[in-house]
Amino acid sequence: MKVLVAVAEVADVEDEFEIDGLAIDEQYLNYDLNEWDDYAVEAGVQLQEAGDDVEVVSVTIGPERADETIRMALAKGVDRAVRVWDENLEATEYLDSETKADVLAAVVEDEQPDLVLTGVQSDDTAFGATGVSLAEEVGFEWAAVVNDLEYEPGSDTASVHRELEGGVEEFTDVELPAVLTIQTGINEPRYASLRGIRQAQSKEIAPKTLDELGLDASVTDSAVSLTELYEPETESDATLFEGSPDEEADQLAELLRDEGVEA
Amino acid sequence: MSDVLAVAEHRRGDLRDVSFELVTAGRDLADAAGGDLHVAVIGGDVDGFAEELNREGVDTIHTISEGEEFNHDVYTQTVEALFDELAPELLLLPNTVNGLDYAPAVANSLSLPLVTDAIDVEYGDELAVTREMYGSKVETVVEVDADRVALTIRPGEWPPAESTGDAEISQFDVSIDESAVRSTVTGFQEVGGGDVDITDADVLVSVGRGIEEEENIALVEALADTLGATLSSSRPIVDNGWLPKNRQVGQSGKVVTPDIYIAIGISGAVQHVAGMKGADTIVAINTDASAPIYDLADYGVVDDLFDVVPALIEAFGGEPPAL
Repeated sequence: MKVLVAVAEVADVEDEFEIDGLAIDEQYLNYDLNEWDDYAVEAGVQLQEAGDDVEVVSVTIGPERADETIRMALAKGVDRAVRVWDENLEATEYLDSETKADVLAAVVEDEQPDLVLTGVQSDDTAFGATGVSLAEEVGFEWAAVVNDLEYEPGSDTASVHRELEGGVEEFTDVELPAVLTIQTGINEPRYASLRGIRQAQSKEIAPKTLDELGLDASVTDSAVSLTELYEPETESDATLFEGSPDEEADQLAELLRDEGVEA
Repeated sequence: MSDVLAVAEHRRGDLRDVSFELVTAGRDLADAAGGDLHVAVIGGDVDGFAEELNREGVDTIHTISEGEEFNHDVYTQTVEALFDELAPELLLLPNTVNGLDYAPAVANSLSLPLVTDAIDVEYGDELAVTREMYGSKVETVVEVDADRVALTIRPGEWPPAESTGDAEISQFDVSIDESAVRSTVTGFQEVGGGDVDITDADVLVSVGRGIEEEENIALVEALADTLGATLSSSRPIVDNGWLPKNRQVGQSGKVVTPDIYIAIGISGAVQHVAGMKGADTIVAINTDASAPIYDLADYGVVDDLFDVVPALIEAFGGEPPAL
């Protein structure tokens, strides 16, 4: 069987930053593997380890720079990777979840996976919609916000727990083929071993253009456009203690005592 | 007519708060668009739910008796059928775990542009939606250039509609294609439990990602011990397996209302804030003065927790652990 894991490279913003038009100035951004996708990769690799004939393929929409992030997934056990990018995607100002789902759907058509794993959301845009949109697009079943997965490779049903709000979990059986969006905490993502990192260098990252996936540039057309990006005004009216750490701690201790805390 | 259709959410016999917030947001948008507000409730005790949802501003409540609990295959088919019937301009859904389990499918199937996790909406020539990016560090406005739009709203951002209304209640029959129902909800489980109930604590010392390493948890444990407080945490600490699930404060963990909440190395992501904003006094210790936790905190120390926490332990006569 084949497991396709959608892996995004996301930007993390430093504490202090400047905005340049409708984007954050590049010098304040650090790129990394999307946190939720790290758990999805681990879930895929665990399935590969549990079955005799399970191939795990990752797919990423992103520029060549993303290869570094993709290598991390390959080093953790993903067998090979597909990376989709071209000048049309490069020129797209705002890649919404519909466009991402359409592009990923073309890769699903190509790869014919039995199971697709994605993170619940991406760290940067936090739309939380791509996985379920993709499932609908390709006619797969799905489950969102999965924090436990029981699946025997080859079976036609996966049993999942979905993490609802307020400490309640839902148990759901899902027919395959399916898309599961993976919540953090479902497993413990492994670190890439030195051996894994060496092996990753020889694994394939296949670049694909929209044209090669049978898509035309109109797939990037979107009704949604970004018109403003700004730092929210701070609403803080907190009283801040100042001085050395010892002085700050003394002031805080006095406050806590006033509030009735006694050691 | 530029109508709005909002879909209520319920779980295990109760409407969730966001259902009434959807009414408020939906009424505002319907007023701006010059249309009616339709509210749909699917499954469970639909008649009882309809009575509760009959708040001021709702024009019509559509009850759909399909199943007891949420099933996304049923919800998807039902909302699509009702959308076809009513042809509203705006489809409004909750940005909850279940909302995100069907909103993208409905939007995709109906070819509606979708914007999720709205914290504010303005309806002018185009729909302008405010949302957050990069872990709440920036806000964005996205505009949607389309005749019909699907939108999910963040719980807690709109006040719940309260006054009783005089909505028309209408039963909507939908013929579910059972062959397209390929997921089955088999049960629910409360998680957490364990030896400590953090919802009982008067003073919580809560630790977040800023603690960096598992062995450093000993530092905040020592502070909690010194203060006679209970130790809790934000999500990443539980995800890492450093503390058990019953210690987690937040949307997917516990909602706590202690007298004092000391947030150590916690940035204040919206999911965490949902669980602790009801604390009487909130103290934050974090190096980043612009962290969202300071929007909520009453008192703060903008400094390195590894310097401040040992000093605080000593100020109360305790002995900080050697790290």
